[in-house]
Amino acid sequence: MSALLTVENLKVHYPTRSGLIQAVRGVSFTLGRERLGIVGESGSGKSQTGRAIMGLTAPQALISADRLEFQGQDLLTLSPRERRALRGRRIAMILQDPKYSLNPVMTIGRQIVETLRTHESVTKAEAKRRALEMLEAVQIRDPERVFGLYPHEVSGGMGQRAMIAMMLICGPELMIADEPTSALDVTVQLEVLNILDGLVAKRGMGLIFVSHDLRLVSSFCDRVLVMYAGRVVEELSSGALSEAKHPYTRGLLDCVPKVGESRHPLPVLDRKPEWAA
Amino acid sequence: MTVTTTSPSLPPGRKHRKTEKILLDIGRFLVVLVTTYLGLLAVTFFIGRVIPIDPVLAVLGDRAPASAIARVREEMGLDLPLWQQFFLYVRQILSGDFGTSVLTTNPVLTDIARVFPATLELATFGTVIGTLLGIPLGVLAAVKRGTLIDQLVRLVGLVGYSVPIFWLALLSLLLFYAKLGWVAFPGRIDIVYEYTFTPITQIFLLDALLQRQWDVAWDVFRHIVLPGSLLGYFSMAYISRMTRSFMLNELAQEYVVAARAKGLSESRIIWSHALRNAAVPLVTVIALSYAGLLEGSVLTETVFSWPGLGLYITNSLQSADMNAVLGSTLAIGSAFIALNLLSDLLYRTLDPRTRTR
Amino acid sequence: MTTGLDTPVLSRREWLLSDRPASRLQAQLGRAYMVWLRFSANRLALAGLGIILMLIVVALFADVLAPHNPVQGDLRNARLLPPGTGSYLLGTDDQGRDILSRLIHGSRLTLAVVVLVAIIAAPLGLLVGTVSGYAGGWVDAVLMRITDIFLAFPKLVLALAFVAALGPGIENAILAIALTSWPPYARMARAETLGVRHSDYIAAVRLMGASPFRIVLRHVMPMCLSSLIVRVTLDMAGIILTAAGLGFLGLGAQPPLPEWGAMIASGRRFILDQWWVATMPGIAILIVSLGFNLLGDGLRDALDPREAGQ
Repeated sequence: MSALLTVENLKVHYPTRSGLIQAVRGVSFTLGRERLGIVGESGSGKSQTGRAIMGLTAPQALISADRLEFQGQDLLTLSPRERRALRGRRIAMILQDPKYSLNPVMTIGRQIVETLRTHESVTKAEAKRRALEMLEAVQIRDPERVFGLYPHEVSGGMGQRAMIAMMLICGPELMIADEPTSALDVTVQLEVLNILDGLVAKRGMGLIFVSHDLRLVSSFCDRVLVMYAGRVVEELSSGALSEAKHPYTRGLLDCVPKVGESRHPLPVLDRKPEWAA
Repeated sequence: MTVTTTSPSLPPGRKHRKTEKILLDIGRFLVVLVTTYLGLLAVTFFIGRVIPIDPVLAVLGDRAPASAIARVREEMGLDLPLWQQFFLYVRQILSGDFGTSVLTTNPVLTDIARVFPATLELATFGTVIGTLLGIPLGVLAAVKRGTLIDQLVRLVGLVGYSVPIFWLALLSLLLFYAKLGWVAFPGRIDIVYEYTFTPITQIFLLDALLQRQWDVAWDVFRHIVLPGSLLGYFSMAYISRMTRSFMLNELAQEYVVAARAKGLSESRIIWSHALRNAAVPLVTVIALSYAGLLEGSVLTETVFSWPGLGLYITNSLQSADMNAVLGSTLAIGSAFIALNLLSDLLYRTLDPRTRTR
Repeated sequence: MTTGLDTPVLSRREWLLSDRPASRLQAQLGRAYMVWLRFSANRLALAGLGIILMLIVVALFADVLAPHNPVQGDLRNARLLPPGTGSYLLGTDDQGRDILSRLIHGSRLTLAVVVLVAIIAAPLGLLVGTVSGYAGGWVDAVLMRITDIFLAFPKLVLALAFVAALGPGIENAILAIALTSWPPYARMARAETLGVRHSDYIAAVRLMGASPFRIVLRHVMPMCLSSLIVRVTLDMAGIILTAAGLGFLGLGAQPPLPEWGAMIASGRRFILDQWWVATMPGIAILIVSLGFNLLGDGLRDALDPREAGQ
């Protein structure tokens, strides 16, 4: 099987004054050219898993894994320099809120061009042409204008499209999307998701979609991992959501109200210490 | 008015709003400028005319002849109500009449014009040193947070915040001038050159370099290096501390994570992303530090016999020359106001978010 | 794990750190204890606190501690003696006075300056800021414009001019420094007030019929106190330095008062041969302002962990 990414027993620990905090405690999965969702509540370690794959955890983090391979390349033994060369070119990441994740004092165009020129030696004109192409690919109607705008001058949905453009311009094989639509208005969420979905499908990329929204993820991904307290408690194919067995997953599913349903008493999410064990 | 069809093209209305906003900005700018300056005048008026029991004595000194006292009393309009006096005072200051100095017998404005370039040169020298050292040190401390370098930068900054400048000046004179003989003292330039060297801009270092008089330039440098570096140290303490704090703030932002995810090198992230953002508030800090040095020169110039505004103020204080003291206060106050407005303008040009949309 | 449900006997520490305080007092003490824990973990801050406590002790017991008379020297036998001569630990000045004794007595002046300036400037700034922030509207606009005007002025030079008009002397120096140092407190208090003005608890107090005066005094001002204390502590060093500067220029305390800045000025003439006369008071100023800076930094980090280390 030609796996894009193999993760085996990944652990992310943070040493603090009051002891070791175990953010991720042995996560394993393999990813082909498919869409994998990682779901969990805040603090479940889903974002830390994504960042560990990117190599973007805080400097004091201790990362260990039996295997952490990207296309047969062991990520853990790479030098920081080689790791950096992968980022943005072959593995990219989309962050939650474009309001904070785009540099406020740089035009959108420059930020997109910067990714390209970091990894490929192209002329300025060529870089601009490709950036405009990329803006068009994320369905921005007036790329020339948006190219020269600052992040605060565009809406959230537009900003997130610019973010996608910035991260996809080098044609990465793996994309990690960390809550890419959580900060957006509900009306533009689907738009952005569709754009992302279309590009992932067209380019045959692998996608890790990190979110707290189980239904959104299951409608969008091929497979879903449910994380709790740093561990994967259940793996589901998205069609088989109703077959979820783990009480935590069931709890997550039951959180969502259905039309015409009576909710008395309101269900509370169970958290049992033995699930984390 | 009846409802008219709105044209689908936005630009004219938009342009109108833009000009409106610019006009509003200019208006606000002027209000700030005028009220601040009136406030400054009110304070100096209060100090010069209201606090002293007899302002005429305060202006002329107690050895002035009776006729002069009577004339000045009338000139100052001391029999008028206070607000009219203030009005007269404002008019007088705005016409450039700061009164006459008892000590030098020159018009105060002439004196200030003569001594101010020396202070400007000193403060600029200090600010350049402070900025060139303070920003890299602050960035380094923020990037290497918690390490020995960070502690060292912090210590240097703390001492800068805690040491009396005039005391450090005395000790450094003792060391570098008296014991080691590395620097020249006192004044701005050696007496030998004072007659052969004709400055144009009154910024001696610049003048000497422009005229290619290398020996003069070297002499001027030997004079300015010690007081200038001292001021530079204080400026550096302030700038490095603020840079560190701004950079820590910026490095914790999400766009830094995004820049890393793009695969940028750490140095590019630090210097061209984070620092570019930190530069926005840093402009204000540098302007404040520059203003602080203009003021700090009062204590430094006294120690180094530097013939600038600070020495002029101290000498005037010693002879209770109120016109000169208040004139200098106005001069430094005006410089403060100008620097404040300048930093405001720079802030706006550096931060696209404050530009008109 | 024990199964008994009888009330456990808590240690004092546990009582303080309880997350279910039984009384308001316990909650307040618990909070204070947390702040102290954070503060005391910072060794530099503790050093700063130690320096300030020392200053207070020395100022209180100056009469007992000083080995010699601070104003009357031994002109015949003890002029300009180097440190360590006989009973003169830090040497003597040109009047034959023991420098150590003068420094010890001078600590009273230093303490008086910072305390008085703080007592005048901090409440003034707090009042202007809270009223401005709570009232809003044109009151706010006018008060803040005045504050900004004062902020735009050169503090030291303005203090100089004030003292020049009022006449030299320590009281006038204190007044001049206080008059130029309130604006930052006003700005800060206003920002804090704007933060709480629309909070629910203020609305609740208002619904209960509290007058604006009472709301500002009892419910808004206390919210500003912790940041005000930090800010004032951090400013103490600057106040000491300004006072010393005025003293150095002969505008602060007048002779024979043992004010540290004035002592440096009088030692200036002997700097080449009798370096200690000017050096010792400078070291005293440096240590005390360093103490205030360290204390202020520590307090800020302890009271506002969010900004710790910045």
